[in-house]
Amino acid sequence: MSKFHVSTTVNGDTVEYLCDPRETLLDCLRDKLNLTGAKEGCGTGDCGACSVTVDGRLVCSCLMLGVEAEGKQIETVEGISDGDVLHPLQKNFIEHAALQCGVCTPGVLVAAKSLLEKNPNPTEEEARYWLAGNLCRCTGYDKIIRAVMDTAAELREAS
Amino acid sequence: MDYHSPASFAEASALAANATGVTRFLAGGTDVLVQLRSELVTPDTLIDIKKINGVSDITRIADGSWTLGVAATGAEMSEHAELVSDWPGVVEAMDLIGSTQVQGRATLTGNLCNASPAADSVPAMVAAGVTVTVTGPDGTREVAVEDIPTAPGRTSLAKGELISALNIPARGANGGDAYLRFIPRTEMDIAVVGVGVNLRLDGDTIAEARVSLGAVAPTVLLVDECAKAIIGTTLDDAALETLAAAASAACNPINDKRGTVEFRTEVAGVLTKRAAKTAYARAKGEQA
Amino acid sequence: MALDDRKSDFKFVGTRPDRPDGLDKVTGRAKFGADAYAPGMLHGAILRSPHAHARIISIDTSRAEAHKDVKAVVTRVDFSDKVEFKPGLEGEFWNVLENVMAGEKALYDGHAVAAIAATSALAARDALKLIEVEYEVLPHVTDVDKAMEPDAPVIREGAADYSVPEGMHPNVVRYHESGHGDVEAGFAEADLVIEDSFVTEATHQGYIEPHACLATLGNDGKGELWCTTQGHWIAQKTCAALLGIETSQLRVTASEIGGGFGGKTTVFIEPVALALSRKANRPVKIVMNRSEVFRATGPTASASMDVKIGMKKDGTITAAQGVFRLQGGAFPGAPGDMTAMCAFAPYNLTNVRQVGYDVMSNRPKQAAYRAPGAPMGAFAVESVLDELCNKLGLDPVDVRLKNAAHEGTKASYGPRYERIGLVETLEAAKAHPHYSAPLKPGQGRGISCGFWFNHGGETSVSLALSEDGSAQLMVGTPDIGGSRASMALMAAEVLGIPYENIRVTVADTATLGYNDVSHGSRVTYASGLATIKAARSAVEKLCERAAAKWGIPADAVKWENGHAVPSGPNAGDFDPMPLADITADMGSTGGPISGHFEATPEGAGVSFGTHIVDAEVDPETGKTSVTRYTVIQDAGKAIHPDYVEGQYQGGAAQGIGWALNEEYVYGDNGRLQNSIFLDYRIPVASDLPMIDTVIVEVPNPGHPFGVRGVGETGIVPPLAAIANAVSKAAGVRMRQLPMSPPRILAALKEDG
Repeated sequence: MSKFHVSTTVNGDTVEYLCDPRETLLDCLRDKLNLTGAKEGCGTGDCGACSVTVDGRLVCSCLMLGVEAEGKQIETVEGISDGDVLHPLQKNFIEHAALQCGVCTPGVLVAAKSLLEKNPNPTEEEARYWLAGNLCRCTGYDKIIRAVMDTAAELREAS
Repeated sequence: MDYHSPASFAEASALAANATGVTRFLAGGTDVLVQLRSELVTPDTLIDIKKINGVSDITRIADGSWTLGVAATGAEMSEHAELVSDWPGVVEAMDLIGSTQVQGRATLTGNLCNASPAADSVPAMVAAGVTVTVTGPDGTREVAVEDIPTAPGRTSLAKGELISALNIPARGANGGDAYLRFIPRTEMDIAVVGVGVNLRLDGDTIAEARVSLGAVAPTVLLVDECAKAIIGTTLDDAALETLAAAASAACNPINDKRGTVEFRTEVAGVLTKRAAKTAYARAKGEQA
Repeated sequence: MALDDRKSDFKFVGTRPDRPDGLDKVTGRAKFGADAYAPGMLHGAILRSPHAHARIISIDTSRAEAHKDVKAVVTRVDFSDKVEFKPGLEGEFWNVLENVMAGEKALYDGHAVAAIAATSALAARDALKLIEVEYEVLPHVTDVDKAMEPDAPVIREGAADYSVPEGMHPNVVRYHESGHGDVEAGFAEADLVIEDSFVTEATHQGYIEPHACLATLGNDGKGELWCTTQGHWIAQKTCAALLGIETSQLRVTASEIGGGFGGKTTVFIEPVALALSRKANRPVKIVMNRSEVFRATGPTASASMDVKIGMKKDGTITAAQGVFRLQGGAFPGAPGDMTAMCAFAPYNLTNVRQVGYDVMSNRPKQAAYRAPGAPMGAFAVESVLDELCNKLGLDPVDVRLKNAAHEGTKASYGPRYERIGLVETLEAAKAHPHYSAPLKPGQGRGISCGFWFNHGGETSVSLALSEDGSAQLMVGTPDIGGSRASMALMAAEVLGIPYENIRVTVADTATLGYNDVSHGSRVTYASGLATIKAARSAVEKLCERAAAKWGIPADAVKWENGHAVPSGPNAGDFDPMPLADITADMGSTGGPISGHFEATPEGAGVSFGTHIVDAEVDPETGKTSVTRYTVIQDAGKAIHPDYVEGQYQGGAAQGIGWALNEEYVYGDNGRLQNSIFLDYRIPVASDLPMIDTVIVEVPNPGHPFGVRGVGETGIVPPLAAIANAVSKAAGVRMRQLPMSPPRILAALKEDG
């Protein structure tokens, strides 16, 4: 089976890989680029643990083929912080104890960042619906939502 | 699996026409990849249509009708204020599919071609009178949305044919549409019942109506009895009761992990009333 | 534990610092089960039975073995033949072996029958199709009541242990009966007796991280295993037995764990990866997909229950009895005994009797799920109590207070309670604004109590001081929900050095003595107790060194706030000596200073909670929304309150899922119908309200700081609390879980 050569940009870095057309973007990020921050929780787009943005659009990387990434701009959880300066969401997730096991956290952070970029002043309900595709089995979402809402307020104040 | 990304629909059609084994077209991929991953369907040929020019465009034509590219995503539709204003029912039906992440990829065309009786966007499109342009080896043809799915997982598209555009009619004055579905959670579920209602008023009286039901039969239904129940009425209580009864009577559902025959039949009536009220309010220009 | 050992004025304990592993977990660098890779690594995949019950006539692996990308194929013959079958739970190694790789029969849809290691994950998956299995399909049964009927297919002869009375179906494999008093006399005294039957469906723990491991094993019997687990020592012990190697030759490292809730307390893919690795002589990685997780790993048991309670007009319970039948898949282990023992545990009862059955069926081997067995029983008992309150016109909190167990009460399951906090949670419920808040039309309010034993278990902890005065703490209990932070807080409290100066590591099996699994709500209790004791043993040595420097006896030195100080005016006049001054030259004053503790602590201290929930039901569709939720639970002492609240909230959310939408759905063919998250519906963010918490602190006499485990009790009350709220909102009593919209709508129709 012939493989495809893909050249793409991940967190600002130009990267290349060879992939089978059946391999997902998630497979390629994890197994070819060693970016294991995005997780496979379901492989069917139901859990959001593999969330990344592609050309600024929030997607499940398990629902996109690796070969489709050619020429795209991809952002993953590994690209959220600015060097050693954490994104306010990352800081607040730690401070608010918005994670227990932490396996959904990368996907939640990518999705929440995408929400705040699109809607800096979400209601609690809007935040909950935006994140409905990010399953968390540990927290009951309470502290996650509080961390997102507090970050939104903090970012609004700073801007 | 062979992967192709043709530059035109003619090329895509030729690839499909000449392919052997199982062929799938890839737009948003939110069904194709799930089937691939679960080994339900491993295509021999996968044709990615997103490199074709204009497939993500959402365009209003001079007569007020709309042409949607086959790769326009749910998110792009929801962000298009004019489209939302014209066809809120079609847009909300699309918007209900999956998560924010899925909205970033999923398309109306994909939802239609997956041919699930529970597809959310299809009852809304049927109610709205949406048609699709089909490109095949013999050129193009225009087909009503309700004529695409023929059975669960099957469409009327012939070998080498694919949908190359979606056409939504002009909204016109005094019209409104709505889509409602029932799911056990608030998000992320497949519809147990779906209802699309599209109507036009003459004053307070319903002059035209189309009512479509999903997930209650092997394919999405366009229910004339429902339309008749409300045409000529002001959607008074009696009309609503007739409407609900007509909707329930049209159901031919199954028992499955998502719902029972009795539940689907009952709730189809309930949701049809609710969707009709919303469409009516929208036609009157009220916020709903 | 001596009382003078107890501490109640805390400097660090009870604060809410950032967790030590926070940075790793918000940047994506934390390594979970599937995040490990090794040079030369192969990928494993497992072939699973599509049949609920079938004899395996033959397995032909020759075509798979001949494939160029395939490096090893294993079936049952590649595992130890020394693992002995015994009845009940005595032969648990055999049960696990039979579960991880089928022997003569496939026992459920998804049961592993063969496995492959190949050069890529895709190649392994493709090569599975080359294995040919010939099955003789047998009649199957997946329902607990049907599995007990005389004509039910027999899952396995001889699996019943000594506890099962004569004449029962071979699928009944364990039996429990307990209680005290005379229930018939008690029912005769009652003004009202209600008897009712209840059913709950199996649910899955639903951790977001699927099982994953990376295994290396050579034919020299030495191996390495990296896996996502709640207990790497149990994984070590079990894998060694199943592979026929010595336990100590297998080193197991626990990855970061992406949720467990009891479901990662055993092994599934780990022995398979080791067997493949031994055969291929290369590292093998196996990662389950979600469908495999649902089909072949630990759902909880499903239950069918009959409960009868008698009450006087003043709310006094005169007698209570329950029969609890639990189905736990094709192996012994369904916690019918736990259900029975927990069901009436919150109440001070004169007459109580409970019976539990462990029944086998053609479903996956049940695994623990947060207070295993307790939520089902509470659902039945607390529903009947609610109905009694309704009929007698009594306040449900008052009735529970009137009958609440307290210190000295003889528990329904036998022992007398030490100091417990049930009454305090009920009083807090009564005083909480939620309990008196007005309800909107269409809403109902429900409450329920819940109980869990909590657990101690084998525990080893080691603490070493560094020359600069920092400390490294090695624990053996995987950190499922912030336990590193709690351990560091407790160590800081004893040592008197800053929380940040303590590095907590979850040590591998080669580095520390045996540790029981992170289960039974035992981590903060038992690893915490061991941490305190290990730190105290280090402090003793610190005091000895300071005494030697000062030239005074060791017992003339005490430890205060991170410093050695003379124990009194007679001990001498010396300036306090900070910890770092002692460790700076410890190499020349007697050698490295460390502290250790190994024990099986017995004083876990039982736990109670009371939940209040408001629910709204759409009468036209039967859809339920939970509009307000409050968890009140006794933590003994909250070490890191954020993570205590998190446990309460998480337990409640899982309970909401179980109550409303989660269930295993089997078709007539015995196949699981909903093996993905699309149709196995766990709560999503938009389904839930904020979940309020009240931490009650009634110190556990069995822990130096008063800790009681908090992880499990939180899932016990929600099922009943929501059922009680729904029954009020909808006006019909719901006796079957989940209370899905079709079930509620059908109940409403039936009610007219």
